[in-house]
Amino acid sequence: MKHWSGFGVLLGIAVAWEIAGRFGFIHKLFFPPATKILTSFVTMVVSGEVLRHVGVSMWRAGLGYVLAAVIAIALGILMGYWRAAYESFEIVVELLRAVPPPAIIPVAIVFLGIGDQMKIFIILFSCAFPILVNTIDGVRGVDPVLIRTAQTFGLGQARLIWRVVIPAASPFIMTGLRIALAIALILVVISEMVGATSGIGYFILDAQRSFRIPQMYAGMLVLALLGYALNRGFLLADSWLMGWHRGAMERQR
Amino acid sequence: MLEVRELKKEFQPLSGKPVVAIGSVSFRVEAGQFVSIVGPSGCGKSSLLLCIAGLSRPTSGQVLLHERPVTGPPEGLILLFQEYNKSLMPWRSVLKNVCFGLENRPGMSRDHVEAEARRYVELVGLRGFESHHPWELSGGMQQRVAIARALVRHPEVLLMDEPFGSLDALTRIELEDTLLRLWESLRATILFVTHDIEEAVYLSDRVYVLSRRPSRVIEEIDVKLERPRNQLSTREDPRFIQARHHVFELISREMAKE
Amino acid sequence: MRLPWKGLLVLGGCLVLWEILARQSGALAAYFPPASRVAATLIDIVKSGDLPPHIAASLRRFAEGYAIAAVLAVSVGLALGLWRGFYHLVEPLVELLRPMPSPATIPIAILFLGIGDEMKIAVTVYAGFWPILLNTIDGVRAIDPVLMNTAATFRLGPWQRFWKIVLPAASPQIVTGLRVSLAIALILVVTSEMVVSNDGLGFYILDRQRSFQISEMYAAIVALAMIGYALNRVFLAVDDWAMAWHKGLTRKEER
Repeated sequence: MKHWSGFGVLLGIAVAWEIAGRFGFIHKLFFPPATKILTSFVTMVVSGEVLRHVGVSMWRAGLGYVLAAVIAIALGILMGYWRAAYESFEIVVELLRAVPPPAIIPVAIVFLGIGDQMKIFIILFSCAFPILVNTIDGVRGVDPVLIRTAQTFGLGQARLIWRVVIPAASPFIMTGLRIALAIALILVVISEMVGATSGIGYFILDAQRSFRIPQMYAGMLVLALLGYALNRGFLLADSWLMGWHRGAMERQR
Repeated sequence: MLEVRELKKEFQPLSGKPVVAIGSVSFRVEAGQFVSIVGPSGCGKSSLLLCIAGLSRPTSGQVLLHERPVTGPPEGLILLFQEYNKSLMPWRSVLKNVCFGLENRPGMSRDHVEAEARRYVELVGLRGFESHHPWELSGGMQQRVAIARALVRHPEVLLMDEPFGSLDALTRIELEDTLLRLWESLRATILFVTHDIEEAVYLSDRVYVLSRRPSRVIEEIDVKLERPRNQLSTREDPRFIQARHHVFELISREMAKE
Repeated sequence: MRLPWKGLLVLGGCLVLWEILARQSGALAAYFPPASRVAATLIDIVKSGDLPPHIAASLRRFAEGYAIAAVLAVSVGLALGLWRGFYHLVEPLVELLRPMPSPATIPIAILFLGIGDEMKIAVTVYAGFWPILLNTIDGVRAIDPVLMNTAATFRLGPWQRFWKIVLPAASPQIVTGLRVSLAIALILVVTSEMVVSNDGLGFYILDRQRSFQISEMYAAIVALAMIGYALNRVFLAVDDWAMAWHKGLTRKEER
C-alpha cells in the first residue's frame, strides 16, 4: 500500500477511541478504550476460545457455500442454456429469491432443529440465488459467434458446455460467487444470533447480553479481519483464474 | 463438391409477415476452387453461410456436400466469422486457441495436437506469439489466429464470412496474400463472402453476384487471371479491371432498384 | 404480453406437490401445513388485522433506513470517487469495515440505541450503506475521460460538470448499488426484528414459530416474500423508466 495517510487516519481514530474510552466521554461501560479491546482480542486468540467459535462458523459457512455453488452453477447453466428450462423455473426462482433469507430460519428450525444442519441450509439457500442469477446471465450472454464457431468445429453438446460456455460465462459466475461470499458471512452470523450455542455470531451477541463489552468489540474485530481475509483470498483466486478476462476488458476500453 | 439448391430462407419477425431474406439461391463450388459471393448489403449473405454450415435451417431447398444433404455442422467444413474478437476464446493463449481446432479429433495425442498447432501458428506468421492471449494482438493478428485454427483441421471446405471486413486497408492486403498462399499450398476449397468487389475479383476463380432481398444469383463470373496473383500486376491487368467494372455495374444496378 | 404458461405450470405443480406431501406427512403434519391452509390463514390474519400492523412497522423501518442509506452513501461515494486524496485518507477504514458482516453491528446498536426503532433503522442504514457507496465510487471512477474532456472544452463549470456529467454518467452503477442494498436492507430489518423486538414481520414469524402457530408462520413468510417481490418490481420499473438511455446503449453495443 502506497498511501500511508490512510493508516494515519486509522491510527488517529484508534487514539481518539482510546482517549474517549479512558475518560468515559461517550459511555464508561459501553465504550471501553481501544487498548482494552485489543488486550481481550489477544487473550481470546491466545486461549483459543475465539478460534473455536470461528472454526465452527467457518465450517457452517464453508459447507453451505460450497453446496450452494455446486447446485446453483449446475442449475444456472441448465437455465441459461435451455430456454425451456428458463421459462419453466423462472417464476419459482423469482418467488423464492424474494424471500429475505432470515425469514426462512424459523422454517429451518422447525424441520432441522437448531443445529448445524439448519445453519448450513440457511446459508445454502441464501447463497444459491446470487450465484444462480449471475450464472444464468453469464451463460445467456455468451456470444452466439463463439457458440457457432465451436459448433462448426463439430463440438458436441457436452464439450460445448464444458469447453466454451462455462469458461465464457465464468466472469459472471465469479461475480455471483463473490456476492455469495459476503452473504454467507452475513447469514452465518444471523443464524448464530437467532439460535445457537456456538459460533462467532453467538459469541458477539452473548458477550453483549452478559455485558462482556470488550469481548464483544474484540469479536467484531475478529469478524472484520475474517471477512477481510476471505475477501482477499477470493480476489487472489479471482485474479489468478480470471487474469485473461481483466486483460481482455482493459483492451476493449 | 458443394452444391446449394434453390435455397430459400425466411425470418419471422416478432410481429407481421415473414421476411424473405433469401429468395432462391443455387450454385456449385468445385473441389479446390476459390469462390466468392458478393452482393449489396442486407442480401442475406451471412444467413446463406449459416445455412451452408449447417448452423441454421433453410426454409426450403438444400445444401449438398459430396452429394449428401447437410443437416447439422458437417465434418470437414469450417465457418470463419468476421468478428475475430468474439470467435476466439479470450481465456486461451494463441497456441491453445489453435489447438482447439483439433481437440475433438479422436486418436490424436496431446503432443501431436500441439505440434500441429505450432506449425500452423508459424504458417500464418505468428511465430513468437504462441503464449500471448488474443486480446494482446492487433485485429489482423487475431484474424490470423482464427485462420490458423480453421486450417489446422484441414477442412475440405472453408467458409469465410467477410473475414477481413473490419480490418484496415493495409492489413487487409497482407491477409489476402497470406490466405491465397495458404490456400494454394493446402488445396482447400474456399467460399468467401465479402462486400468488397475488388477483393472478390482479386482472390477468386469465380464470383457469384447476389441480388437484393429476396436474393438470388444474378450472375456468375469466371475470373481468368493467372496465379499466383500479385497486388500490383494483377490489379492493373485489363481483365481484372474489366471484371471489376462488370461486377460493380451489376451491384449498382441492384442498389438503385426500389 | 404472452402468458408464461410453462413457468405457471411448474409453479402450479410445486404447489400441488406441497399440498399432497403435506397431507400425507403424518407425524410431520404439525410442522408442514398444506398450501391451501397457509393461503387461508394468510387471508384470515390479514382480515382480522393481526398481520397488517407488523407489515407497516417493518415497511416503515425499511423505508427510513433505506432512504437514509441511499442519500448518505451516494453523497459520500460521489465525494470519494471525485477526490482521490479524500479516498486515500479513508481507504484502510473502508477496507476494514466493508467486509465485516453487517448483522455483527446489531449488538453494538443495542448497547447505544436500545431495542427500539432507532437501533433497527441504524443497522439497516449501516448494511445498506456499503453496496451503494462502493458502486458509486466505481461509477464515478469509470467515467470516460473523453466525456470529462468534452465537458472541459465546452467550458462547463465544476457545478455544471457535476450535475450534467458526473451524476448521470455514474448513475447506472449507482442504481446497481441501490438494487443490491434493497435486498440487504430488507434482510437487516427482518433480522433486527428477530433478535429483539415486539413488532414487525421478523418478530411475528419467529414468535409464531416459538408458539407453534405454524400456519401463521408460513403465511407471514409468504407475505414477506410478496413484499420483497413487489419492492423489487417497483425498483425495476423505476429503473426502466429512469435508465432507458443506458439500456438502449448497452443493447446497441451487444449487437
